[in-house]
Amino acid sequence: MYEIRIHSRGGQGGVTAAKLLALAAFRDGKYATACPFYGAERRGAPVVSFVRIDDQPIKIYSQIHEPDLVIVLDTSIMDVVDVLQGLKSGGTVLLNSAHAIAGCNGTCRHVDLTGIALAENLVVAGSPILNTPVLGALAKMDIVTLPSAEQAIREMFADERNVKAAEAAYEELKV
Amino acid sequence: MLTIGTGNKAVAAAVKAAKPGVVAAYPITPQTEIVEQLAEYVTTGELESRYIPVESEHSAMAACIGASAGGVRTFTATSSHGLLYMHEMVHWAAGARLPIVMANVNRALGPGWNTWAEHTDAFSQRDTGWLQVFVGTVQEAYDATLMAFKIAEDERVLLPVMVNLDGFTLSHIMQSLETVEIGDFLPAYHLPHAIDTENPCVYGPMTGPADYFRFRWDIERSMRDAKGVIADVEREFAERFGRSYGPTEDYRCEDADVIVVAMGTLGKEAEVAVDRLRDEGIKAGSMRLRWFRPFPDLDLSGREVVVIDRDYSFGFGGVVAHSIRSKTGIVPYSVIAGLGGQEVTYNDIADFVRNRHPGEETWFGVSDHV
Repeated sequence: MYEIRIHSRGGQGGVTAAKLLALAAFRDGKYATACPFYGAERRGAPVVSFVRIDDQPIKIYSQIHEPDLVIVLDTSIMDVVDVLQGLKSGGTVLLNSAHAIAGCNGTCRHVDLTGIALAENLVVAGSPILNTPVLGALAKMDIVTLPSAEQAIREMFADERNVKAAEAAYEELKV
Repeated sequence: MLTIGTGNKAVAAAVKAAKPGVVAAYPITPQTEIVEQLAEYVTTGELESRYIPVESEHSAMAACIGASAGGVRTFTATSSHGLLYMHEMVHWAAGARLPIVMANVNRALGPGWNTWAEHTDAFSQRDTGWLQVFVGTVQEAYDATLMAFKIAEDERVLLPVMVNLDGFTLSHIMQSLETVEIGDFLPAYHLPHAIDTENPCVYGPMTGPADYFRFRWDIERSMRDAKGVIADVEREFAERFGRSYGPTEDYRCEDADVIVVAMGTLGKEAEVAVDRLRDEGIKAGSMRLRWFRPFPDLDLSGREVVVIDRDYSFGFGGVVAHSIRSKTGIVPYSVIAGLGGQEVTYNDIADFVRNRHPGEETWFGVSDHV
């Protein structure tokens, strides 16, 4: 089983990112669950959501305490939340950042999702949309395939710019 | 069709397939996406139904009672305080022998305000005469909702059915979901005592001491008959659609020395705990209790039993633990865990089994317990 924890701020689309990722994994023929952790969150407050991907039906409903992959959609959260908590040894971190950030104890990758979203003018209510470009980065990391990522995005969003943003993130992420 | 969706969407999809004539609901918190989705189906024409937005849950059930007695299939959904607010009408629906189906997203009750999973809301309606089923997966939420209509409307039952799914942990998570073409699985709605203007009758008149108990007994007789009807419907569902269910879902119970009894999503998580315990040489099994009313006959003889209650009856104990003890004579180890969405992992459940003390009660996370 591959377990993913997504850190974001309320309103940044972390929950939708989890759903898109689960849908893409499902389109790859895997079993997947997306579990948003609902708290008393408000716009801007740190939130987490979880995705599990497996070849077998998934029976676990509790939160992910030892993720294989941590995704940080807003690196300013790292000042207040220990995003690396419980990360499996050899685990991976994906940061929404134009630059590398020191302090990851696993394999740390970064891609400028915000920049990609702004370049595609993917902005809703003043906030760049991060949850569709991040799917492209995850495809580059072989978490899901790119065709399934694009299919998942098209199933949830009519605007093709979301697919373009995912493709841009796929190209930009260095592995 | 194979897709992926939340527990809420699964229930709504099943209701769409069942084609109720009336959906009545109060759309404000703690209501869920179930009725939001149904409202959308009605708006787009995917579901031809009268959607009645009412001013309270009490009115929602009252509207369902009127519609159901009027001769149409009827559905509503609620959760926690909404369920409690309709309590009087919940009794009435069963007493009037109306096969209403209601989804209840199980959430804790305030204060303090808490919208996370707990079963006390449903158990507070235990004695109303409703059948109650608790589901553990998104697929099961869909399947159980479809079957609920058929069970409720069977003339041997004619009692309402409540389909319970855990708040957030099932209502809001996404899992794979296979929707089906139901064909003639659900026959046309037929209520023998439906309101008929050609044949006027009195509904809900004064019923004195000489007769009232007969109606109560009739509810109980139907509740007993419902066990056979549930088995029939679940068998037919398995034959048509390939997924089988029973009063419990048993996992590695055949040779188990100790069996974990839990409900809802904790009952699925317990299966993972069982696998871990088996790896350690502990012969554990999991029995997920699906039907709570009518309460099934359970075969637990010769086993140690660990019951996880996501509920509590103050001044008495865990509702499921005491039900098991009353029905089987087995004195279980009673664990009170998961109240108000308290995080309970498969590792925690494995610990409950490793550290079991039959006859005792433990509140998970409380250090100064009894």
